[in-house]
Amino acid sequence: MNGIHDLGGMDGFGKVEPEADEPVFHAPWEGRVIAMMRAMGAAGAWNLDMFRFTRERQPPAVYLTSSYYKSWALTVETLAVARGYVAPEELANGHALTSPKSLPRGVLHAKDAPGAVKRASYERPSTTPALFKVGDRVRTKNMHPTTHTRLPRYARGRSGVVDRVLGCQVYPDSSALGAGDDPRWLYTIVFEGRELWGSDTDPTLEVSIDAFEPYLEPA
Amino acid sequence: MRVRALETILTEKGYVDPAALDVIVETYETKIGPRNGTKVIARAWNDATFKRALLEDATKAVAEFGRVGRVGDHLVAVENTPKLHNMVVCTLCSCYPLDLLGTPPVWYKSAPYRSRVVRDPRGVLADFGVTLPAGTDIRVWDSTAETRFLVLPMRPAGTEGWDEERLAALVTRDSMIGTGLAKQPEDVTP
Repeated sequence: MNGIHDLGGMDGFGKVEPEADEPVFHAPWEGRVIAMMRAMGAAGAWNLDMFRFTRERQPPAVYLTSSYYKSWALTVETLAVARGYVAPEELANGHALTSPKSLPRGVLHAKDAPGAVKRASYERPSTTPALFKVGDRVRTKNMHPTTHTRLPRYARGRSGVVDRVLGCQVYPDSSALGAGDDPRWLYTIVFEGRELWGSDTDPTLEVSIDAFEPYLEPA
Repeated sequence: MRVRALETILTEKGYVDPAALDVIVETYETKIGPRNGTKVIARAWNDATFKRALLEDATKAVAEFGRVGRVGDHLVAVENTPKLHNMVVCTLCSCYPLDLLGTPPVWYKSAPYRSRVVRDPRGVLADFGVTLPAGTDIRVWDSTAETRFLVLPMRPAGTEGWDEERLAALVTRDSMIGTGLAKQPEDVTP
């Protein structure tokens, strides 16, 4: 979707402001939010792509003005309701009022929790050979799905070169919709800065994205 | 407060175990962080075979490294040289090599960084007080899938013969993202 999350190339957000000696969490509740997100994910309540797609659909003003973990907390609430785990009146009430729905992988226990913060493998067996190889010139599609995609707007309809073949991986565009892993070949595609941003761009700039095969066509 | 209410509901319904949440928070606060990444970089600076393995297949090289432990899959390490400077971003959300660097800093997840670095990386570097020679090529890696990128910064001059512990103290978090350079020997107190 052409959402507010897709920020690459936009103007007007000002300087980057690094914080000296930044703590891991700025308040204890931030840690609880990330922990709830991971624990619910580990229990199979949702997958990462569903989480991202839900956050992307936050109203733009909310997305831009909420702190990162505030935005995540709202996403957990929205997703827990949308997936049928929590009723809206429970959020209003602050307590459970309805019987629970069963979790696909069961509740995450403390002994398994350290593993839940490690990233999983997204590689899947391929059913078709890769269409492209390193060095091939490709063009990204000019596509604007209203659902989740990982092809950023700034890199649509652009000509680039296959830099790496990353294997066959879970396809977020399908996974976000609950349509299974639907594995697709994944490539690193490198673009000249001037192809993306015009002829007055710094000639020393190159930008790459990781792009799934359905985002690409031969150039 | 609202987050506490959410945790209460999820706990009452049996979806989360608060003790497991404690372990996750503790893991992020004490177990994972940039220190893990600095050990990997210091080894790469000191051991040409490990460096080659890291650039060839970072997931495998780090898994076999031992001092850091297993990291998530799909890790790619990219090397900074006098000719090429690499920088990492996730323009769409906040993807970051969490297993090696910990949770991302606020600026990494912020609109200013995500919007500008793919178009004006030298301007972003200026915000960090970093100036590169005009002729240095810049490659920005946008983490749009599950690949996670780790920048191998240039080893500072004057560190010949240093052991890995001393070298690791020169490696900053930002130097592994590409928004900074490694510290110089004179920057660290003996």
